[in-house]
Amino acid sequence: MHPTDFTLRGAIDALSEGIISSVELTSAHLDAIAKLNPRLNAYISVTGEQALAQARASDARRAEGTAGPLDGVPLAIKDLFCTAGTRTTAGSRILGNFTPPYESTVSANLLRDGAVFLGKANLDEFAMGSSNTTSAFGPVENPWSRRNDPETRLVPGGSSGGSAAAVAARLALGATATDTGGSIRQPAAFCGIAGIKPTYGRCSRFGIVAFASSLDQAGPVARTVEDCAILLRSMAGFDPKDSTSADVPVPDFGAACARGVKGLRIGVPKEYRLDGTPPEIAALWEQGLAWLRAQGAETVEISLPHTQYALPTYYIVAPAEASSNLARYDGVRFGLRVTEPGSDLKDLYERTRAEGFGAEVRRRILIGTYVLSAGYYDAYYLKAQKIRALIKRDFDEAFRTVDAIVTPATPSAAFGMDEKQDDPVKMYLNDVFTVTANLAGLPGLAVPAGLDGQGLPLGLQVIGRAFDEETVFAVGAAIEHAADFTALPALRAGI
Amino acid sequence: MSLDLDQVRRIASLARIRLKESELGQAQAELNGILGWIEQLQAVDTDGIEPMAGGGAVALRPRPDAVTDGGQAERVLANAPDRQGEYFGVPKVVE
Amino acid sequence: MSYTLEGRTGTWEIVCGLEVHAQVTSQSKLFSGAATAFGASPNSQVSFIDAGFPGMLPVINQECVAQAVRTGLGLNAEIHLWSRFDRKNYFYADLPQGYQISQFAHPIVGTGTVEITLADGSTKPIGITRLHLEQDAGKSLHDQHPQKSFIDLNRSGVALMEIVSEADIRSPEEAGAYLTKLRQILRYLGTCDGNMDEGSMRADVNVSVRRAGEPYRTRCEVKNVNSIRFVMQAVEAEARRQIEVWEEGGEVQQETRLFDTGRGVTRSMRSKEDAHDYRYFPDPDLPPLVLDAAWVESLKAALPELPDARRARYAAMGLSPYDAHVLTLEKETAAFFEAVAQGRDAKTVANWVTGDFFAALNRTGHDIGSSPVGAAGLAELLDLIADKTINGKIAKDVLALMFETGEGATAIVDARGLRQVVDTGAIEAAIEAVMAANAGKVAEYRSGKDKLFGFFVGQVMKAMQGKGNPALVNDVLKQKLG
Repeated sequence: MHPTDFTLRGAIDALSEGIISSVELTSAHLDAIAKLNPRLNAYISVTGEQALAQARASDARRAEGTAGPLDGVPLAIKDLFCTAGTRTTAGSRILGNFTPPYESTVSANLLRDGAVFLGKANLDEFAMGSSNTTSAFGPVENPWSRRNDPETRLVPGGSSGGSAAAVAARLALGATATDTGGSIRQPAAFCGIAGIKPTYGRCSRFGIVAFASSLDQAGPVARTVEDCAILLRSMAGFDPKDSTSADVPVPDFGAACARGVKGLRIGVPKEYRLDGTPPEIAALWEQGLAWLRAQGAETVEISLPHTQYALPTYYIVAPAEASSNLARYDGVRFGLRVTEPGSDLKDLYERTRAEGFGAEVRRRILIGTYVLSAGYYDAYYLKAQKIRALIKRDFDEAFRTVDAIVTPATPSAAFGMDEKQDDPVKMYLNDVFTVTANLAGLPGLAVPAGLDGQGLPLGLQVIGRAFDEETVFAVGAAIEHAADFTALPALRAGI
Repeated sequence: MSLDLDQVRRIASLARIRLKESELGQAQAELNGILGWIEQLQAVDTDGIEPMAGGGAVALRPRPDAVTDGGQAERVLANAPDRQGEYFGVPKVVE
Repeated sequence: MSYTLEGRTGTWEIVCGLEVHAQVTSQSKLFSGAATAFGASPNSQVSFIDAGFPGMLPVINQECVAQAVRTGLGLNAEIHLWSRFDRKNYFYADLPQGYQISQFAHPIVGTGTVEITLADGSTKPIGITRLHLEQDAGKSLHDQHPQKSFIDLNRSGVALMEIVSEADIRSPEEAGAYLTKLRQILRYLGTCDGNMDEGSMRADVNVSVRRAGEPYRTRCEVKNVNSIRFVMQAVEAEARRQIEVWEEGGEVQQETRLFDTGRGVTRSMRSKEDAHDYRYFPDPDLPPLVLDAAWVESLKAALPELPDARRARYAAMGLSPYDAHVLTLEKETAAFFEAVAQGRDAKTVANWVTGDFFAALNRTGHDIGSSPVGAAGLAELLDLIADKTINGKIAKDVLALMFETGEGATAIVDARGLRQVVDTGAIEAAIEAVMAANAGKVAEYRSGKDKLFGFFVGQVMKAMQGKGNPALVNDVLKQKLG
């Protein structure tokens, strides 16, 4: 067995049993990155020397008997998390060579528990995208390809496309990611791995480059549901530096994976049966529900009546917040500055931001600026906030009768890099099943459940009550167990 | 609601993003495409609904008043594109 | 009579409201742990939050909230137990986040009142519209380089209270009296040091003019005026400008202006490139600010006595309205007065404090904080008068010497032999000598020229180097002169 084939859980066991050292594990991943990253472009920065130093320190801790829960485990960090002393780009030109002097709370928590950081994972610029084609550092390629059309390069999904591709291709045992409208779950589904967006407030946002503050949540992607649970336990926790962080205890998510689903009531929202959904996805959804019933759960049809309004609501709320959050990229204190001789301050701002931001980010800033502007605020932003309240109310109602909700993760499998690029709205529709959980602040897990006719992975999504990730993990693990998803991407380490 | 070119210019100016005259048309078409799609929200009855502003927590948690930060001018200035001694430099501003 | 301005075509009334930005007294900033002290080296009191770095998040300072509540209570205003922070979006070199965190829709404090006192002794209530918490911006220096402005972010993120008055102000004097009173209240509360030189208090002045009985006309905002005197000047200058515009058939345009202190006129701001559209929206990084009613009550119970209450108490102690006013202007003065007056005659103490003591401070360039003579020192001096060790006249000299030398009153009196003479024998001897030397004047007095009595008192005191007990000198003189 190649060291990159360990699950994260398996690697932790192997490390603690002395079967492998962190240096060996880390080196194997760095070798795989050296081989495959030129093609996949999953990492923007690879911090090999630092990773090996961390691995050596981890091996020393293990020898001393002071190893932490993630000690020696090599991970990829989405390049939206600030990492002290390592360039952080957010996938944008505008950050230039910005090197944060501080560490995000989530990555600091992982370091505290002994993790090794292989490098910074590629992403859509400022996490805005569903294909990882908007990165200033080039697109990421999905390690999977179509059975009958292996030449067409596919997107890994986005925005956490680098994280998902790296984990799927075995260039990391797990990765941090963030999810504002589906940016963990959609790429996880496209890459045949698991990923969870926890409850809003579960992970601190401190030190994560902000996209839309009221929606952004960090979470892990990994190859199994349990691996996600282990990572989330380390990443999560109350942080006084984030006023929206929840002061609630972090349970043993890993243990919850083994709970089973007997007696659980699983909601099946009728509004998620969209016209035009590929039959394979509808069938997989049915299959997933059947698996759960077979393990003792009860499935019930529910209604989330405002579902159809979630995406347009999201495309008001998220750009509005982004237009304000991204105002700090102005070429004064850090990052790129573009001037012409004789530029005044306004000209400096306008040139820096025109050249520093890519097309999708500029588009969203403009939309966000417009929906907040005088005379339009009530019609757009305030209206969206009210509909957001209605969407949350739909879920509150549903969770009075069910324990979890199961839906497809995405409306399609991974698509080609050249597809859907002409119309922004068409691209936005990728998040149709995931965005509701962000608007309502609920945990959502994507779990690989099967393949489409082209041999591409498809995922199901489990949505739970706020701060009830444990049930989400239990349901996710039950689906994972029944699906017995063993297919592998064409591009991966160790072959 | 659909944006005319002047509105696009004004929004770009408010957002401090330079749009060349040749880019305005495309920006206008894209923005109007998105706004047209968003327009469906007007059909939702939201009378009497309290807007939902944020994600989670219901109230701020104030911190104690103590000096715990600062004293790091070098680190603050380290990433500056135009550092002028102990200051950030920008083109001269006339008030 | 109400204040008016005479234009070419008739009489105009001023309508004015003030937005005062008062720096909250706190150790650290509103949303970061960086220090707030004045005068630190550039960018040395800056957290990455204040500098708007990626991923940085605001966390509110408890004391700043408490200070806003105390101020609201001091302005007799309603405290909102639920308030919220909004972002005010605009680009400026000294605004690192690209937005200011402020309270637009839901301020922490609602309507209140401040009573001002005018020179003629009359009082007038000025309505408070609201008070909210917000962040200060950094500072731009325009004079350090020919082509560049320099940015110092030390002030960035310091807590400000914006206190907005109703448009109740009708004259420069009222504007001045309002600011003076507001500053006095803030200083009493300890919520703002009121130091206008250091920018701790600045005012945006909204001015319009109208004919008697008219509804409001268009107003202009004069930004960032940094002294009470300049505010008074700006109100008048801007009102006169507007009168001229109207009288020449023009129309006053709503705009932001600056007060040119050198020329005493207001001018349009050049940097207002596009009409501001601040795109306010609730700050998604900050949940609502929810206050506990019991906590607000505890702050209320712990409030210090405010100027109005203190003035009333002093009046009840027998002080003149003037003394009561002067002694309560500054909290430190009132504390000084009360320390001296403890167990002494309040009226006498007030006379001394507002008279010779203030004069000595002025003469020596001190304020009450730096005075070489403290409350105990002045009390010691007054006790020497009370127990007749010295007389009032000598006491004035002793006070001057105390300021000069820093020595105590008793030490000075003893060292210089200034104890007053109460020995009737010595007084009689001095009187007899004076009478002998002025036999003619004695005769004139005795023939009915009563006014000469003062002359004899003066001569006797002079002969006794001022140390005679004035009452005894009077008694014995009357006896001797018959």
